[in-house]
Amino acid sequence: MSRDKPVAANSDAGQGRPILEVDGLRQWFAVGNSWLNRARHVRAVEDVSFTIARGEVLGLVGESGSGKSTLGRAVLRLSTPTAGRIVFDGIDVTHLSRRRLRPLRPRMQMIFQDPFASLNPRMTVGQIVGAPFVIHRRGMLPSERGDKVAAALTAVGLSDRHAARYPHEFSGGQRQRIGIARAIAMEPSFLVADEPVSALDVSVQAQIVNLLLDIKRKLELTILFISHDLAVVGHACNRVAVMYLGRIVEIAETRALFQRPRHPYTEALFSAVLGTDPTVRRQRIILKGDIPSPLSPPSGCAFRTRCPYALSACAEAVPPLRTVAPGHLSACIRDDIALRVDWCSR
Amino acid sequence: MSQARLEQTALRPRGPDPAIAHDEDIVLCVKSLGVSFRIEAGLLPAVHDVSFTLRRGETLALVGESGSGKSVTSLAIMRLTPPAPRAELSGSALFRGREGTLRDLVMLPEAAMEGIRGNEISMIFQEPMTSLNPVLPVGLQIAEAIIYHRGQSRRQALAEAERLLELVGISEPRRRLFAYPHHLSGGMRQRVMIAMALACDPSVLIADEPTTALDVTVQAQILELLKELQARTGTAILFITHNLGVVAEVADRVMVMYAGRIVEQGGAVPVLKRPLMPYTQRLLRSVPSLERIGAGASSLEAIPGNVPDPLHLPPGCAFHPRCAHFEKLLCDATIPEMEEAASDHLLRCHRWRAIEAGI
Repeated sequence: MSRDKPVAANSDAGQGRPILEVDGLRQWFAVGNSWLNRARHVRAVEDVSFTIARGEVLGLVGESGSGKSTLGRAVLRLSTPTAGRIVFDGIDVTHLSRRRLRPLRPRMQMIFQDPFASLNPRMTVGQIVGAPFVIHRRGMLPSERGDKVAAALTAVGLSDRHAARYPHEFSGGQRQRIGIARAIAMEPSFLVADEPVSALDVSVQAQIVNLLLDIKRKLELTILFISHDLAVVGHACNRVAVMYLGRIVEIAETRALFQRPRHPYTEALFSAVLGTDPTVRRQRIILKGDIPSPLSPPSGCAFRTRCPYALSACAEAVPPLRTVAPGHLSACIRDDIALRVDWCSR
Repeated sequence: MSQARLEQTALRPRGPDPAIAHDEDIVLCVKSLGVSFRIEAGLLPAVHDVSFTLRRGETLALVGESGSGKSVTSLAIMRLTPPAPRAELSGSALFRGREGTLRDLVMLPEAAMEGIRGNEISMIFQEPMTSLNPVLPVGLQIAEAIIYHRGQSRRQALAEAERLLELVGISEPRRRLFAYPHHLSGGMRQRVMIAMALACDPSVLIADEPTTALDVTVQAQILELLKELQARTGTAILFITHNLGVVAEVADRVMVMYAGRIVEQGGAVPVLKRPLMPYTQRLLRSVPSLERIGAGASSLEAIPGNVPDPLHLPPGCAFHPRCAHFEKLLCDATIPEMEEAASDHLLRCHRWRAIEAGI
């Protein structure tokens, strides 16, 4: 099994060491780059630092355009970071070449949002789930590969009968199971799940969240769970990071964040979550406008243009993430406001 | 047959018909609506026996998972399903026009339907980017309906479009008239769609998943806007969604659809607070809620199995293979009839009384 093999000298640093350490990560993309114009940059991820402990599920929430998917791809080194440092399992992967990354790939995998677009329609399910072995275990016998595929399919609630079929023969929920089977086939230690349930129906969404948690327990996985749905994240994750326009604005243990959010953006996100009780239609905080363009983010705190509590001081400097309680960090200069927590009936 | 057809196309409903004839407040009365599609394998029944009434100023939510037939129901009412041999409609959908005349939308000739669509009944779709014309400024797209249905000049129609853009909360409406859809954000595009839908002051607005493609903060804006506009214009809204949170937020009344049939319908409070049909109960419990969040990594209550394939529906109640209260030779034998559990609370379940009693 891949993760038992010592890959780096310091990987035996023990369980105490986080599986992923991200420090000052910046991911910019050049746009409009031609010989006439100087390139402008989309600042998709800006100065992001966090760690994920082994066996943890860290939720990453934010609106579209907040940079959460870019961050998820960057930590897997599917892109080349503009600045910062990514340490995976004790190995600095920030500047590793593709070739040096390859032996690490089986240990870090990804689940995608769209179960229709992320499976090759011309490959059978068996070929899709077996593909990681074809790439990373060249010498493996086909029969042995078949066993591995069958094991992965069984683990996600499908059976090896399904291996000969094509993706179009399956429903959305079943396809997402196939995507998960592919991701866990090599028994990775770290998984990035990018909106794994947002394309699915409610009843199936719950099945897939439960499946992920079940697999996480069995394989002792660590998961970065990207979602725009705070309620789903609240159920699935131990800790939650909230992103806005490329930066983490708040990060805390799930319970602490839900009981007492400290950032106005988190408050607004909570306020937008709709409950299913029609007798409780509470007064919501409705943010004005849309998320600003990451091409020209507002000065100072990026959220100030939509923030109901903004002061003139908010425009001056980017507020740093500060510890507001043990393990609870927030990037807001206003300590004087009491944020609303009336969404909980606790 | 042709005699019957003729009678149905007449302006008056046939027979000693429904409440709509007496109650001026009812704008749409759908009775036993069915839709079948002709496909290679034969006839695919997508919607069966859908009946409901929609009143002025009311929001009726049609909830269901993908493939349940909720969008097909709305397309049938708009007569946007393919023409006769490819899709067959049955039942009736009586619509009260502006002048108070009653017409059956199921039987109406296409020419008459064109006068109603986008005028007296209009529709908002899920994906504003694909439903707007990318090569036409949004102002002209809004003005189009006004020019077509009201016969106004282009200049008048554009002035009206500007007023509508302001109404739906778009800043600098005059400048935005000449913006193309790709200049606008998702939320703004959906506001433009709403402006288009409201252009001719319709009495019924069909909103098919209008907030599904939007971020939660923008969704909150759009829902607020729809509520505000409805309070002002009294438009009846048929709100199609899979999101039970949205239903609880906007609906006065609710219909829950499963495998092409309405399985529970009634006031939003009884249906969502005290659901009686097992599918509605399980669906509500599978929604992750802020109230039930523990320390994280807690499992959700999923419904086992999948939504059935419409070509191979299970016999009897279509939900029985996934139902915890399934009783052999009863649930798999006959399709349950719609029963009235309380006033304005109907459902289809053979066993609801027993389930209620805890048997």
